[in-house]
Amino acid sequence: MNIIETNKLTKKYGKARGIDELNLKVEQGDFFGFIGPNGAGKSTTIRTLLGLISPTAGSAKVLGYDIVSDSKKILQNTGYLPSEINFYNGMKVKDVIKYSADLRNAKCTDKALSLAKRLDLDMNKKVSELSLGNRKKVGIVCAVQHSPSLLILDEPTSGLDPLMQREFFSILNEENQRGATIFFSSHILSEVQTYCKSAAFIKDGKIIISDKVEKLEETGAKKVTVKTSEGTNEYLFKGDIKELLNDISSKNPIDVTITEPSLEDIFMNYYE
Amino acid sequence: MYIFKQEIRSQKLPIIIWSLSIGLLIAMCVLMFPDMKSQMDDVNEMFSSMGNFTSAFGMDQLNFGTITGFYAVEGGNILAIGGAFFAAITGISALLKEEKDRTAEFLLTHPVTRVKVVAEKLLSVFAIITILNIIVFICSVGSILIIGEEFDWKIMILFHLAYLLMQYEIAGICFGISSFLRKSGLGIGIGIASVFYFLNIVANISDDAKSLKYITPFGYTEGSDIINNKTLEIKYLIPGMILMLVGIIIGFIYYKRKDINS
Repeated sequence: MNIIETNKLTKKYGKARGIDELNLKVEQGDFFGFIGPNGAGKSTTIRTLLGLISPTAGSAKVLGYDIVSDSKKILQNTGYLPSEINFYNGMKVKDVIKYSADLRNAKCTDKALSLAKRLDLDMNKKVSELSLGNRKKVGIVCAVQHSPSLLILDEPTSGLDPLMQREFFSILNEENQRGATIFFSSHILSEVQTYCKSAAFIKDGKIIISDKVEKLEETGAKKVTVKTSEGTNEYLFKGDIKELLNDISSKNPIDVTITEPSLEDIFMNYYE
Repeated sequence: MYIFKQEIRSQKLPIIIWSLSIGLLIAMCVLMFPDMKSQMDDVNEMFSSMGNFTSAFGMDQLNFGTITGFYAVEGGNILAIGGAFFAAITGISALLKEEKDRTAEFLLTHPVTRVKVVAEKLLSVFAIITILNIIVFICSVGSILIIGEEFDWKIMILFHLAYLLMQYEIAGICFGISSFLRKSGLGIGIGIASVFYFLNIVANISDDAKSLKYITPFGYTEGSDIINNKTLEIKYLIPGMILMLVGIIIGFIYYKRKDINS
């Protein structure tokens, strides 16, 4: 079953484009990376799926429910971490986490406490005194504490230090192993490559490719770095290897490296 | 009712500040009455020679020498301005502040329907205004009891009821308008309350503009009408309540479709 399935989903802001006839499928149990540069439509897609904004055209189903008519049922089993997260001034961390659980009619104090401990989050601090990274941690607890079947995260690692990022992904991994589907947007390709099973590239409001990460890496292309007396040249090569080697030797190389391209190289290739 | 509770909790401080400011100001005026009573004959005479100014505030039909008349003008004006502004601010910001403080994204990605959010917010607005009016009422009654003047309590209750309904109306209208605003609407809220207040003054000054009383909620809070008729002016009250309901319905309809942008 597809946990997220959009059908020509379109959102226009007046005349400006948000997303344009977007088709996206995310399977149950997937760990899905949603990649694209700023302004490509990542947040618009996520906000439309969650019912914060309504689509101009097209349709989408999340957890089998229609995003327009059954938003409440979707939200009941979804955890969401926005990219820029803000809370009510004057509330303490534990108040926000409790309020979030209350709004879901969920009792999950134990899980909330253990998450807060793992993320090194002080429950008695006022949320207005928190840094971006610490606000993000509160958001993570709110998104995960009720053990949802779908986790949607919008650029989740921004503001977190590397240690916390690792802890964060290990939490996501556990949730994924529990059966939750993870869908997160990012422009940091290395983290998508390390953690995700599948990924999609979005450009100008459209999905340009969506597949398993290993398939995306298997493009048949090679990343070639050739060092000559004139300087270093780096490029992607696809085709007959013999031809490549002939070409390189004709350049009088000092040094040569031929590697599998990283997701980042593939990504750059798509956007150039 | 978690949204309702959260709303009341977050508004605790403004409620206390506004209630005590209005309540204590009224109480101070009432406590000054015994000293002023002896001079009130002169005041009445003075006001009667001031023509339009007197009628603008409905003072032409009130006797300043009695606590009831005095209270209707002094208490009435304080509660009219203070209460109307508070109601306007509360009504217009209940939904909007979630967007302004960027907490709407948090709230609306929880499994609560927009209708439920609007309903609980609306309920909290009415509750907050009611709390303010109860505190003000206690301050007023207390101060009148302290000075020990004879007072017609039926008028007192009708008078405060009229002001409570006036605040509900302004809050309801502002609440509806807020559903299609973005960011802060405080200026618009206060503007609406002020326009209503001045419309009533115009209606009081000019007989040709009397029909404005059907539009402004201050039409049914006129102290002289309440004291002389011992009832609320139903003909002004009904259009006001309809206006309030229209505001609320617009709020429900528009907020349901509103795009919450980051």
